[in-house]
Amino acid sequence: MKDVKSNGIPRTTPIQSATFSQSINAEIRRAAATGIYDIRGGGAKRKVPHFDDLLFLGASISRYPLEGYREKCETSVTLGTRHAENPIELDIPITIAGMSFGALSGPAKEALGRGATLAGTSTTTGDGGMTQEERGHSNKLVYQYLPSRYGMNPDDLRKADAIEVVVGQGAKPGGGGMLLGQKISDRVAEMRNLPKGIDQRSACRHPDWTGPDDLEIKILELREITSWKVPIYIKVGGARPYFDTTLAVKAGADVVVLDGMQGGTAATQDVFIEHVGQPILACIREAVRALQDLGMHREVQLVVSGGVRTGADVAKCMALGADAVAIGTAALIALGDNDPRWEDEYQKLGTTAGAYDDWHEGNDPAGITTQDPDLMARFDPIEGGRRLNNYLKVMTLEAQTIARACGKNHLHNLEPEDLCALTMEAAAMARIPLAGTDWYPGKPGTGY
Amino acid sequence: MQTFDLEAEGLRALNSALHAQASTTNQTVWDVVNPKGSHAIAVGLDAPIEVNVKGSTGYYCAGMNKQATVHVHGSAGPGVAENMMSGTVVIEGDASQYAGATGHGGTLIIKGNASSRCGISMKGIDIVVHGNVGHMSAFMAQSGNLVVCGDAGDALGDSIYEARLFVRGSVKSLGADCIEKEMRPEHLEILADLLERGGCDAKPEEFKRYGSARTLYNFNIDNAY
Ligand SMILES: Cc1cc2nc3c(=O)[nH]c(=O)nc-3n(C[C@H](O)[C@H](O)[C@H](O)COP(=O)(O)O)c2cc1C
Repeated sequence: MKDVKSNGIPRTTPIQSATFSQSINAEIRRAAATGIYDIRGGGAKRKVPHFDDLLFLGASISRYPLEGYREKCETSVTLGTRHAENPIELDIPITIAGMSFGALSGPAKEALGRGATLAGTSTTTGDGGMTQEERGHSNKLVYQYLPSRYGMNPDDLRKADAIEVVVGQGAKPGGGGMLLGQKISDRVAEMRNLPKGIDQRSACRHPDWTGPDDLEIKILELREITSWKVPIYIKVGGARPYFDTTLAVKAGADVVVLDGMQGGTAATQDVFIEHVGQPILACIREAVRALQDLGMHREVQLVVSGGVRTGADVAKCMALGADAVAIGTAALIALGDNDPRWEDEYQKLGTTAGAYDDWHEGNDPAGITTQDPDLMARFDPIEGGRRLNNYLKVMTLEAQTIARACGKNHLHNLEPEDLCALTMEAAAMARIPLAGTDWYPGKPGTGY
Repeated sequence: MQTFDLEAEGLRALNSALHAQASTTNQTVWDVVNPKGSHAIAVGLDAPIEVNVKGSTGYYCAGMNKQATVHVHGSAGPGVAENMMSGTVVIEGDASQYAGATGHGGTLIIKGNASSRCGISMKGIDIVVHGNVGHMSAFMAQSGNLVVCGDAGDALGDSIYEARLFVRGSVKSLGADCIEKEMRPEHLEILADLLERGGCDAKPEEFKRYGSARTLYNFNIDNAY
């Protein structure tokens, strides 16, 4: 467009509103056309303060580094030391988060089990119950105890190496789940005891307990049924991390799993994913503070998740006081989800590799978030397991590299003093000094 | 018969003794005395044994039961027989909230009344209540049968799937997507069997049947609020 009108008067350049952006306007048009809100998978796509806003300082005259590759830097972690007879011992502090069978195919669950087992870590079931593929291929399997109780039975409970009572998820704290009929195959329907092909809701509240006092009794029941052998985790979304962690510990948790708002989901409303919950960066220190106030830090372990992608993210979580992390989305990408090799098919679905999130519709070109036999056949669980193991290995090596540079012979020895923050927001949320200063907003004694 | 004094010996000893039944002894009848409202009594059983609890229980009595018969000679606290797989649980008195929640199988008989959310998310269990049930009973009930010889409270069968509800008395209100349905001969037959198993002398013809209108089965914006 010319910037001068035909009469010679300069024209105002057309400006796209930052408030009414292209994508907002498109969503308004979509809503106006359909009358239905958008449901999708994945986590928050908006930019929020995250681990990228923190940096490690590394060693200097006052800190002595360890020799890269050579000097020992331990990575093991034991989860569930508080009450369980058999705590979970992992070689690496990176676990695979709970993802439902139904959302994921059987072979995808198998691949997660294979990869995690090769890497010496645990996998987690999800809504819909335990599958043979997953139990068979996972050396350490955490069994989720969810509000829907789909597929829940005492035999599987006793086959589990740990039990995770799911109170909430970061993607949708306070929300339930949804599995659309397209993904309800005979097998999924049978496991969930529902008719085939109908849209299945997963409840947002547990059916037989309401508050923390009830939860304590529920945990007693689970322990009695499993003879106090396995650890009991409580998973909460990043809503009120200080209070939720305190109440989880009071209810008897061995491990608290804390999932920030960036955490992925199989399917929920976009408005929920983008607008409810706190970023994980803002949650970790609050949860650690709760544990410290109770004298339970390191006694009740803290597993954090929500946008963990790299060894640097792992190291930052550990430095902020977590004992381990969990990954969902990153594990799916390692398996081949959203891979550009399927770009033609993503285009046909009206999207592009890296942006595909209609996991609930069951048309996943990569054959991972589907129950369609033809699409599932594209995915090789052995190769998937190998890729996941490689990825977990790389993340671990990266985290070790950073820990050694900070002079730490165990990932758990990383500490807040090893970090600085790049932004005021990150400094405030993580209580880490802003780079170049010894100050963060809210630092005691500074008057701000 | 074995008598177990819960107050003296403790919960862990009770449940581990009962769990050991399947393999190590042929002691099939147990009396539990002094339950005094304790939680998690006789949970996770998996053997064809009979447990008589001589008094009232707290939360989750007979939770996740398989095969066993658990008879509570008193009232039961919240979540009795939750997620039961098989076997029989009988409550002589009343049952608190969430009785039989998410149960997959077996029979739960409540001789008194049941509180709110009886049979919530039930997945195949049969529940027979001689008295009344409270509000939100059979919420999201997936399958199985709930028989209420008395009255039902508000929002019976809200968001129900394929479970069958039989109520003899009044229903204060039906929940979303729950409707009265025709009582056909096959239902009378099912109900007659349930009443017999439940030890009720009510007549099947006195009951009305309720179930899902199936209008919520596929996601539709008009159903969301
Ligand atoms: C496909 C998919 C399915 C999920 N299913 C469940 C589930 O069944 N139960 C649950 O607690 N969380 C579920 N989650 C959330 C994960 O357990 C985890 O909290 C989240 O993925 C962590 O964030 P990240 O994806 O950024 O790593 C699911 C996530 C994804 C991506």
